[in-house]
Amino acid sequence: MTRQNLSIALTGSGGSGVMTMGSMLLEAAAQAGWYGFMGRSAGPQIRGGEAAAMIRVSSEPIESPDDSFDLVLAIDPGSLDRFVAEIPLRPDSLLISDAEGGRRSSSLPDTPARVVDLPMKKMAKTVNGGRPNMIALGAVARIIGLPDTSLYSILEKTLKSKGPDALESSWTCVREGYAKAADLPAFGGPPINTGSTVERWNITGNEAAGLGAVRGGVRFVAAYPITPATEVLEWLAGALPRVGGVLVQAEDELASMNQVIGASFGGTPSLTATSGPGLALMTEAIGLAVCSEVPVVVLDVMRCGPSTGIATKSEQSDLNIATKGLHGDAPHLVLSPTSVTDCVFTTQWAVHLAESMQTAAIVLSDQSLGQTRAIVNRPADIAFMARRLVPEQFEEQYHRYAVGDSGVSPMAIPGQKGGQYTADGLEHNEAGAPSSLSEDHIAQLEKRQRKITGFDYGEHWAELEGDGETAVITWGSTTGPVREALSRLREQGEDIRLIAPRLLSPERPVEMAAALEGVKKLLVIEQSHSEQFYRYLRSAYDLPAATRVFNRPGPLPFRPNEIIQQLLKWSAAS
Amino acid sequence: MTASTACTLLQPKEYKSGVKPVWCPGCGDFGVLGSITKALSGMQIQPENAAVISGIGCSSRMPTYLNAYGFHGVHGRALALATGLKIARPDLTVIATGGDGDGFSIGGNHFLHTCRRNPDMTYIVMDNQVYGMTKGQASPTTDPNWEKGKLTPGGTGINPFQPLVIALASGANFIARSSSSDSNGTARIIMEAIKHPGFSMVQVLSPCVTFRPEQREWKNIVIPAPIDATSDPAKAARRLLTDEGLYTGILYRGERPAYQPALKSSIDNIEELDEEFRL
Ligand SMILES: Cc1ncc(C[n+]2csc(CCOP(=O)(O)OP(=O)(O)O)c2C)c(N)n1
Ligand code: SF4
Ligand SMILES: [Mg+2]
Repeated sequence: MTRQNLSIALTGSGGSGVMTMGSMLLEAAAQAGWYGFMGRSAGPQIRGGEAAAMIRVSSEPIESPDDSFDLVLAIDPGSLDRFVAEIPLRPDSLLISDAEGGRRSSSLPDTPARVVDLPMKKMAKTVNGGRPNMIALGAVARIIGLPDTSLYSILEKTLKSKGPDALESSWTCVREGYAKAADLPAFGGPPINTGSTVERWNITGNEAAGLGAVRGGVRFVAAYPITPATEVLEWLAGALPRVGGVLVQAEDELASMNQVIGASFGGTPSLTATSGPGLALMTEAIGLAVCSEVPVVVLDVMRCGPSTGIATKSEQSDLNIATKGLHGDAPHLVLSPTSVTDCVFTTQWAVHLAESMQTAAIVLSDQSLGQTRAIVNRPADIAFMARRLVPEQFEEQYHRYAVGDSGVSPMAIPGQKGGQYTADGLEHNEAGAPSSLSEDHIAQLEKRQRKITGFDYGEHWAELEGDGETAVITWGSTTGPVREALSRLREQGEDIRLIAPRLLSPERPVEMAAALEGVKKLLVIEQSHSEQFYRYLRSAYDLPAATRVFNRPGPLPFRPNEIIQQLLKWSAAS
Repeated sequence: MTASTACTLLQPKEYKSGVKPVWCPGCGDFGVLGSITKALSGMQIQPENAAVISGIGCSSRMPTYLNAYGFHGVHGRALALATGLKIARPDLTVIATGGDGDGFSIGGNHFLHTCRRNPDMTYIVMDNQVYGMTKGQASPTTDPNWEKGKLTPGGTGINPFQPLVIALASGANFIARSSSSDSNGTARIIMEAIKHPGFSMVQVLSPCVTFRPEQREWKNIVIPAPIDATSDPAKAARRLLTDEGLYTGILYRGERPAYQPALKSSIDNIEELDEEFRL
């Protein structure tokens, strides 16, 4: 039995090495010419907690988790219990466990799956320095049809720093696991295709966002560590110096945001990355960037809130604070990538937009995009780079905040003779002097609004597909499952439209009206408890009378079939 | 110096923007404004190469009144903003200005960490031991028995913050105190502060004549420190802990190298970054 795509979950307690094993498996899949991704789910412990690697591989590019898993391997049975809701299984799913692998599982007896035993722990003990996860790696590779030869070079690469003994014992374990799997039920994955000539990448959403920032021209980053945004910073800390940039670990998010504003005022495109709690601390200074018209980009890798919430898991619940969280009338940009690959594009675009319009841009990624490692086609190169309107020469009296037609006024950079002005969060007149006059306030409010509403965002404002009378509207990481649900329906002859706005602020009423033209039924899909996206849509756009919401909070991801079921139920009812 | 260069020398008044200050007549901050213009003129720093960064408060209005690049940001964050600017633009002379509330209360954390980090900039705090702008509440440097603060009618009862001691303990590289009434003396100290590498902390006793009229007396009671600046932190600590807050002059000159990560934008090898992702 072979399948075009396969979903595999690996669970283990902390230190059991499921993430290492998952990464190696993904890499082996990549070498076989497959696409795929690995999401991670972890408990709250820093070290020692249960972790799960959720992998899906396919012969085609994929972005969505499947409805259920084909194969689960629990290195120690007890580690399964925490993830029962996150790992749906079918009667024909295969669950590999190790009866003597450690803590007993309370969920195992109730599982619908076929359970088979693999004595990973015992087998590992027979190898000097052997580890159960490497036994597991060999076994899973065989079950899904990967050649063991590809594993050797991956082991070599991963264990380079650990010395020849570690490599030797791991390789022995992998081969033992591979041999032993001959006794286990097999289902091959997609056909091996090592001849693929398309350039493919192995990248996480967090790395992709960092790359987008650097490609967009960002050379200064200040930030304070926070899960799940830290990997963006770790990647940038290595990458920035290679292109002449700098990353500063600041004392807190108030500092990082203000440092970024200072560096950008000095002429360097700048970015900070954070998650919900950090974004909350930054909002005052984001308003300063808006009012003083200093371009900045804030990447928020969302996690479950409120407050500290569930720091390690995904949710789309910072939409309210990102779009409406600034005090006063503070028009700014809010964007969201729709896939791991799109993290490159959207972040790069955000830098370009912020620089072009001299304003603040918030990019809403989330834990599931950010911490997913994916095998994808090389993200396309895009032409736009940070380009700021800077005066070439100065009149007698330079007016930094001249109202002008577009609302974007030339921004002098320190060092430019004759351009001296004070950037101000205090309302000001065109020259930049503080003003409490209503006419100055109105003129500047209108200027700051006009420059972002009047901008030509082109086709990038949203991802649009299909033209049926029923549409699904979603955003961010839930776009993947929706896209897969709609493509399955399309195969059955159902044309359902997809609308996934990449630009959430400013609102695009004309474009949205065109996207909704002819739509009779609209299903809103979002991962927030209080229907933040639906309420945002209602306040911003005219929606069809027949609009329904399918929402739930994180951390459980949406799966394609449940979206299909919602649509079928609705069409059956009417 | 030839006659032609002499006539192009920038005079202190040319460092004023011409915007009329909102300060109360007699406010000490006028004196500090004068001292900053004298210092910039004294060093002939071109107005376009100076950046004056502040937060919020009466004293934080400073950048608007100067002919230089300026940033009037949010309350308490001047040092963070100035740090970002200095890293991006090491060529600029960066000066942060503000008040005791802005710097030591809401901005206290940045004060500690900027001293620690030691970027090459000068921080001028106009200390009036009160929140002037919000009309007279106690600040971190207010005497515990001061009873006129409307939110602390019986006095704060809590120990005042000692900015220069904290600056020293946190790693500031230059520490000085002056009085706004001594315009030339303050200008001289600011020049020294700018010249000294690393983070220079200048506390200027600058009376709030409206909410602390008794501070008008400061000009009569400040005394030039009877000793020379030391580079020995232990010695400096002993002095700072025992002085009554009225000694003026340069009190400490440290020798730590300034913090300056190299920022030099290039796009030459940007494609190299793709390599680690390629299969
Ligand atoms: C976040 C925030 N909180 C409170 C205020 C109100 N506020 C403005 S200035 C100030 C105190 C200023 O005191 P200080 O820094 O000593 O300056 P001074 O006016 O005495 O020169 C306060 C509390 C504000 N602007 N922003
Ligand atoms: S209130 Fe005090 S500090 Fe503010 S301007 Fe008036 S005198 Fe100066
Ligand atoms: Mg004060």
